[in-house]
Amino acid sequence: MTRAVDMLKDAAAVAFFALLIFAPFLGLQLSDNDAGGLSLSARPALLAAAVGLTFLARIAMLLWHQYRPAAPNVHIAAAAQKSGKYIAPALLVFALVMPFLPGLPNAYIDLGVLIMTYVMLGWGLNIVVGLAGLLDLGYVAFYAVGAYSFALLATNFGLGFWECLPLAGILAACWGTFLGFPVLRLRGDYLAIVTLAFGEIIRLIITNWVSLTGGPNGITDIPRPTLFGLKFSMAGGPGTFAGFFGLDPHPSQRITFLYYIILALALLTNWVTMRLRRQPLGRAWEALREDETACRSLGINVRNTKLTAFAIGAMFGGFAGCFFAARDGFISPDSFTFMESATVLAIVVLGGAGSQLGVVLAACVMIGVPAMLQSLQIYRMLIFGAALVVIMVVKPRGFISTRRPTVALRKAKEIGAELIAQGRG
Amino acid sequence: MTILQVENLTMRFGGLTAVNNVSFTAQQGNITAIIGPNGAGKTTLFNCITGFYKPTSGGITIMHGKPLRLDKLPGHAIARKGRVARTFQNIRLFGGMTALENLLVAQHNKLQAATGFGVLGILGIGKYRAEERAAIERAKYWLAQTGLLERADDPAGALPYGAQRRLEIARAMCTEPVLLCLDEPAAGLNPRESAALNELLLNIRADGTSLLLIEHDMGVVMKISDHIVVLDHGKKIADGTPAEIRSDPHVIAAYLGEGDEGLEETETTL
Repeated sequence: MTRAVDMLKDAAAVAFFALLIFAPFLGLQLSDNDAGGLSLSARPALLAAAVGLTFLARIAMLLWHQYRPAAPNVHIAAAAQKSGKYIAPALLVFALVMPFLPGLPNAYIDLGVLIMTYVMLGWGLNIVVGLAGLLDLGYVAFYAVGAYSFALLATNFGLGFWECLPLAGILAACWGTFLGFPVLRLRGDYLAIVTLAFGEIIRLIITNWVSLTGGPNGITDIPRPTLFGLKFSMAGGPGTFAGFFGLDPHPSQRITFLYYIILALALLTNWVTMRLRRQPLGRAWEALREDETACRSLGINVRNTKLTAFAIGAMFGGFAGCFFAARDGFISPDSFTFMESATVLAIVVLGGAGSQLGVVLAACVMIGVPAMLQSLQIYRMLIFGAALVVIMVVKPRGFISTRRPTVALRKAKEIGAELIAQGRG
Repeated sequence: MTILQVENLTMRFGGLTAVNNVSFTAQQGNITAIIGPNGAGKTTLFNCITGFYKPTSGGITIMHGKPLRLDKLPGHAIARKGRVARTFQNIRLFGGMTALENLLVAQHNKLQAATGFGVLGILGIGKYRAEERAAIERAKYWLAQTGLLERADDPAGALPYGAQRRLEIARAMCTEPVLLCLDEPAAGLNPRESAALNELLLNIRADGTSLLLIEHDMGVVMKISDHIVVLDHGKKIADGTPAEIRSDPHVIAAYLGEGDEGLEETETTL
């Protein structure tokens, strides 16, 4: 009996806080009136509904806590572990055939391109944050360097996408090294703040160096990628993809081509990362995340090892930036705000730092879900935010928080999140 | 033959002199122990030798082949060029990595050199595979020496305390040092584990690596040390064989004056 009373008290308290929070947001509405001014109107019914729902949800939650099945089912956990092995290949096959699924609108392939871009960025940042444990809040800087490298080389020197792709990666890696030198002697929060500042500095330089970058107007007419010299033009005719293969020009051809480029780039990122993890360099990164002092005592050059993580992560950011510029044909500083860094970092953290598959799942959630919820309009971000909070409460270390050893004498066993350090930079 | 020479070493932190003009030598193939009451400056001395602190003045020289000034080397070069390895008072393993991975990280420099800046390694060409196999064999040897072969694929953070201590020693040995520095290796071990540790340290010495250890456990110190250096308030107060130290009036006074619980142990084992 007392338990029921406690429960009601608890739920009432939660409902009270909900009332405080919702009163200004939902309870009041500002609208234009006929006189041309603004008028404030109350919406008591909506407010009552929101508070009432919160009350009921809290009670449901408390009941669940009390009566939920005693122990998590071991069989289910084992089955999930087993099926986990097949998730990655299944996703890969799906990604490979996706553009050819019958009846798929172009918008979905476009969304696929967008998600894949973030998967690639997530995989690039995963090297820095997930493996080396360096909290980098300015990753978008390297994305911008890659994009502007290609845009400037293409518009000033007439170079094409494929020549510029490696150059963009190399330039971004150089910037990563250049920024890394002064920054990497800092640790933890200080490192995060300084990388954040560097991200902003790059954006401000791009915005203000009008003679070179066009400032806020950006750069237009960036050439699109070609397939061995064949353009994807709606005009058709000789020298275009459609003309060469005798097809009718269609926008889906270009989008599908872009999709496969970013898929290939993302898979390259993944392959390099997976290989590096099994190499001394990758192991040194993870060791740095675990304990920097111990690394030093074992003769590992901490600064250089951090720099390689920074540079390689930056290089993949540069590739992604180059692709981004080629996809849109137009770039401006607006595309490289802190919000982008935050999104990519959220993908890495939500996926489970260090997990490659986790990044894919998180990118689908972070980019795909808001796009799918387009029809819900203003409630989109509310639902999205709530979903993120729920995920982080249920899985505080991300979707996939275990770590697979890189080498084993007998049988590799997954290592639980509780043993893995998250790194302090 | 001398392996390590410490000359007039002084380390100041602001107004505090933690190590005051200390000189001693450690002989090749010996176990040299550094003892002293709490706060005597043992760990500071250790951190100077292993490159974690830059001494205020004085010199530290390692003698294998050409004499090498350790105090002039950057921190990460102490293990590689100076070939001095260490363990930590509060164990510092890579907890989220397996025991085997811990030992492979210790062989980083050797392995990294075989990967051709990582490029050849990624492409799977060159001599990296052979090097890695050799590294795993070396790791297996030290896992067997420390009785951890069965736990090779377990995360280091999940091992029992005593096993973690041994794994840290195995990890240091995988860097193939000429001098192994141990900071309180017996701390927190039960008598059985402590006896196993003595045996391990004697085996390491028999393999040709010299040892330098800080230890509170007088049982361990008196049983296995060839040479003992006693510090008190940052100064060296005695230096000699266990028998000499046992009867040194300064040492007895230092332990008596401190009212340290080490006293009873000192007297019973002396």
